[in-house]
Amino acid sequence: MRDALAEAILELGTKDRRIVVLGADTSVSIKTSLFGERFPERFFNVGIAESNMIGIASGLALAGKIPVVSTYSAFVPGKCLDQIRNAVAYPNLNVKIVSSHGGLTVGPDGASHQTIEDVAVMRAIPHMHVVIPADAPSARELILKAASTPGPFYMRLSRPNVATVHESTADLEIGKAALLRDGSDVTIVACGIMLSEAMIAAENLSQEGISAEIIDCHTVKPLDNATLGKSAAKTGAVITAEEHNIIGGLGGAVAEALSESRPVRIERVGVRDTFGESGEHSELLVKYGLTSREIAKAARRLVRGQSA
Amino acid sequence: MEQSQIPIGMLIQKAVKIRTHILEMVAEAKSGHPGGSLSAVEILVSLYFHKMRVDPKRPDWPDRDRFVLSKGHAAPVLFATLAEKGFIPTSELKTLRKLNSNLQGHPDLRVPGVEFPGGSLGIGLSAAIGMALAGKLDRRDSRVYALLGDGELDEGETWEAAMAAPKFKLDNLTAIVDRNGIQQDGLTEQIMPKEPVGYKWRAFNWHVLEVDGFDFRQIIDALDKAENMRNRPTVIIAHTVKGKGVSFMEWDPAYHGKAPDKDTVRKLVETMR
Ligand SMILES: Cc1ncc(C[n+]2csc(CCOP(=O)(O)OP(=O)(O)O)c2C)c(N)n1
Ligand SMILES: [Mg+2]
Repeated sequence: MRDALAEAILELGTKDRRIVVLGADTSVSIKTSLFGERFPERFFNVGIAESNMIGIASGLALAGKIPVVSTYSAFVPGKCLDQIRNAVAYPNLNVKIVSSHGGLTVGPDGASHQTIEDVAVMRAIPHMHVVIPADAPSARELILKAASTPGPFYMRLSRPNVATVHESTADLEIGKAALLRDGSDVTIVACGIMLSEAMIAAENLSQEGISAEIIDCHTVKPLDNATLGKSAAKTGAVITAEEHNIIGGLGGAVAEALSESRPVRIERVGVRDTFGESGEHSELLVKYGLTSREIAKAARRLVRGQSA
Repeated sequence: MEQSQIPIGMLIQKAVKIRTHILEMVAEAKSGHPGGSLSAVEILVSLYFHKMRVDPKRPDWPDRDRFVLSKGHAAPVLFATLAEKGFIPTSELKTLRKLNSNLQGHPDLRVPGVEFPGGSLGIGLSAAIGMALAGKLDRRDSRVYALLGDGELDEGETWEAAMAAPKFKLDNLTAIVDRNGIQQDGLTEQIMPKEPVGYKWRAFNWHVLEVDGFDFRQIIDALDKAENMRNRPTVIIAHTVKGKGVSFMEWDPAYHGKAPDKDTVRKLVETMR
């Protein structure tokens, strides 16, 4: 996914001279330094100073630039929520925040570097778009589309190489959930790395005669109520799956929306309101219940009323 | 204390042991931050084996001195030092960064002797001020030490804290800056120039001392001077080398957050012992 970010900003930088990129002493690791090598005059490494970075981005945007700011999710928004709220979102500025290493995927670094609350926090800020791509190709596409959509964005990328779930990405649109698999018994709404887990779960469920529909809800805000409502009406049961606290993230957003428009039974798969810890990425996903197995169990509970 | 009474030989020996632990820990974990751990070894040894009043049998002793590792990514040097001091068994060190281990990638309060969960840079000096204020309120003569990275000086909060400590006349607080010249993306003076570092702290009304961060006598002398200073906090700028002790790591920004492999470490450790 980091390659996707680097590729996208290089492409954007070539096409549009308004694109400027800001880093906070993590740009080698997330590869935005490649932009700096190509366009040194449009790349600003501010050091370990995330709030300064957002403030500078605000000024750049006020002066007509399109800043892409990027560091680890733990520190943007963690370190600079006020700057994001008051200097970017409130004035509705064209600042694209792309945070990397979101969720539990930083693995061995432990809880201080694992973000499980960022989506909830960013989603509650007016004007802010919140986007969580599922794989590298869709990340690239959605970054390009975010750059050409006016207004503030928070995009969360994960660290490890994730399985590709999108065969083609040209149709992806900000604010439009993508149907990845047709089904009739249960709807799995997922974002980020949980899409590939959802695909495995759906495959396994189909062996048991359960037909799961999969929706890539890459844009958590604005939420695609129409697509979600339609699918919920068809299946009557919804599972959300995200690498985030079950409070306030995708699960929260979907539950809020469907409880008003199309009440159905919902199960939320995600981190159950606890901090993470050090461990290999794959071990953590198992320990914190972010697997195809947990999604499938939720599906069985919803479809058959099993407690399996 | 008279300089002749400083057990330099013992301190040197401890430093060798702790360097060995650090290398073995990060190699076993296959990740972690060796560079900034190795640069701070003599600083932690001076504190834990000479200066600080701590009791491994009573990690919660209210009158203890406290050490805040604000540059929390250097957790390996803290855990290794706590193990050598007897807070945790040395056998536990190999569990660093593993699932279900107490030894997290960054300091965690579940480890006896850890005083603050550093990890997000820039917060530690503020927390140290809080501890120092509480010490004054409770009329304890315990002291608080905070170790900051030089890259960490980029964070605005560091300077908010730097402005606050002299206001509160915190002579029970000593900040130490590990001036190893390297942060994550590269050399500090290229990523975000920090010089003149000493002048900045002086301008913020701190008592400023500069030492060779590998010279025990200089470090300890500065720690003593800090303790004798009245009504002002002291900052010790410790000039160090990132990756100290391993020739191919020294001065190489790549070893900020990269672990050497086990074979390499095995060979290195043989030559160190
Ligand atoms: C707020 C915050 N931003 C970014 C990081 C990622 N990070 C970890 S270590 C580091 C560089 C630290 O450099 P320095 O303070 O000089 O430490 P040292 O050289 O002593 O290892 C960075 C940017 C972080 N841990 N916290
Ligand atoms: Mg440094």
